[in-house]
Amino acid sequence: MGKGRVAVLSGNDAIAEGALAAGMRFFAGYPITPASEISHFCADELPKYGGKFIQMEDEIASMAAIIGASMAGGKSMTSTSGPGFSLMQENLGFAIMAEVPCVVVDVMRFGPSQGVATVPAQADVMQARWGTHGDHPSITLAPSTVEEAYHVTVRAFNLAEKYRTPVIILSDATLSQMSEKIKIPDPDSLEILNRKKATVDPQQFKPYQDDGTGVCPFASYGDGYIWYTTGIVHDETGFPATGDPDKLTIQINRLHDKINKNLDDIIQVDEYMTEDAEIIILAYGSVARSAFAAADKARNEGIKVGVVKPITIWPFPEEVIKKVSEKVESILVCEMNHGQLFEKVKETVEGKAKMAFLGQYNGKSIKPDKILAAVKEVSSGVFQ
Amino acid sequence: MSEYFEVRLSGSGGQGMMLAGIFLAEAAGIYDDKNIVLCKSYGPEARGGACRSEVIISEEPIVYPEVQEPDLVLAMTQEACNKYYKDLKPGGIMIVDPEYVREIPDANIEIFQVPLTRIAREEIGYEITANVVALGAFAAIVDWVAINSIRKAILDRTPQSTDALNKKAFDCGYTYVINNYKEKARKIG
Repeated sequence: MGKGRVAVLSGNDAIAEGALAAGMRFFAGYPITPASEISHFCADELPKYGGKFIQMEDEIASMAAIIGASMAGGKSMTSTSGPGFSLMQENLGFAIMAEVPCVVVDVMRFGPSQGVATVPAQADVMQARWGTHGDHPSITLAPSTVEEAYHVTVRAFNLAEKYRTPVIILSDATLSQMSEKIKIPDPDSLEILNRKKATVDPQQFKPYQDDGTGVCPFASYGDGYIWYTTGIVHDETGFPATGDPDKLTIQINRLHDKINKNLDDIIQVDEYMTEDAEIIILAYGSVARSAFAAADKARNEGIKVGVVKPITIWPFPEEVIKKVSEKVESILVCEMNHGQLFEKVKETVEGKAKMAFLGQYNGKSIKPDKILAAVKEVSSGVFQ
Repeated sequence: MSEYFEVRLSGSGGQGMMLAGIFLAEAAGIYDDKNIVLCKSYGPEARGGACRSEVIISEEPIVYPEVQEPDLVLAMTQEACNKYYKDLKPGGIMIVDPEYVREIPDANIEIFQVPLTRIAREEIGYEITANVVALGAFAAIVDWVAINSIRKAILDRTPQSTDALNKKAFDCGYTYVINNYKEKARKIG
């Protein structure tokens, strides 16, 4: 770390650097392509900062370990790819329910099950939203450049701390494995948020008592506050509230409200040449880069194209998409999957703009020319 | 269009193509202050499998991060040569090591045959310096990255104890091209 500097870093290394700058001092994980470099980096660097790296026996345990570390007051992270992300879902749900801040990085690979380890996809978008069971909110961020991967990771920790919830970073094999030049800022120049700590007398402390903000003050294990938590829906004391419909409703509502009432703070969307656009390409992650290149080419040919790039995927930026859909003719959604965010965009647009989908699921990144061709089809009304 | 170059360094696992890519990316990115993207690709084998690293060097920010039509390909194996010469931009540059690349493709490309591995073995005493010899040759052929930047990137990334060897390897690659391809050296690109 040290003062600001210029470096050539991979997407994975940038995520790990960002985490370190955000104050992450505990990493538990199980190595998996294409995410392993994040583990490697943390194993090398964390001890130098008084942090801990632990390679767990699997991803279930990795997720459990970072929850434990966070409850003891540390900022913690794990990283994985699809197969490991599946294993983490149960404990991810626990972290959401018990309101434990932490960051989970899923570097998306191709295909269901083991899929193909070394090639990119964006097929875990819905898993990031609904992979763990039950009504729950999700904060999921998707960077598209190495520099953005750094800053998105810092932001992921800030959001996790501020809203006491796990934050998921969706990268993909393209972004994580490529290297770019990055200006690593002086860590002192970054805005770093830390969870709100309990200040009441330990005897009076109720771990899930809303202080009016929807986010309860946190007492680290070891701080002298004795408290209980569980994945069972609980009341403000942390003990199960299974027989009380009112208490159940209050807790579930609070989980959602703390996110939904702060959408302006959480949602981040980049817009490119959207002011006069007739066609919008909606893309995120590494595919957004191809979308930008395609939009430039289309503009050169006189087609009015803009790009909307959600960096916050969940909660879904409905307001931005609604606004855009009212002033454009068509929206072309490009994803490296069979159509995941596309469905959400379509639902949000409610027929106000024509919808088109370009999905590529062959382990290759989508080339700008392919998007350009689709844009031309949309422009001439051919594309369905 | 402002300067934009795509370079592919290809060979077999163990020939140092990954590290050469890092040297080149850091030289252009950090020391020349250009925009760069470095992509690496290799099979599951640590040694002997086909592998390549690709560097894009650009004045402007690089939007699409993958090499599409390389301006220069370094081929350290016949397989890499056969596979990649077709991707080259018309009139593009190919550097081959004749020790491994016996059949030279007949195409509209500029071929530089540089005995990288032989120089590394006989003049430097270490075959593993062939990748640094190759970067010396690269620096003699095109001026996309400042010579001193490449030199500095190599020396900064490697242990001080190997500085003399790396300097010599770089210079031998450079000199070979200057001596044997006088009319073409640093005139292309």
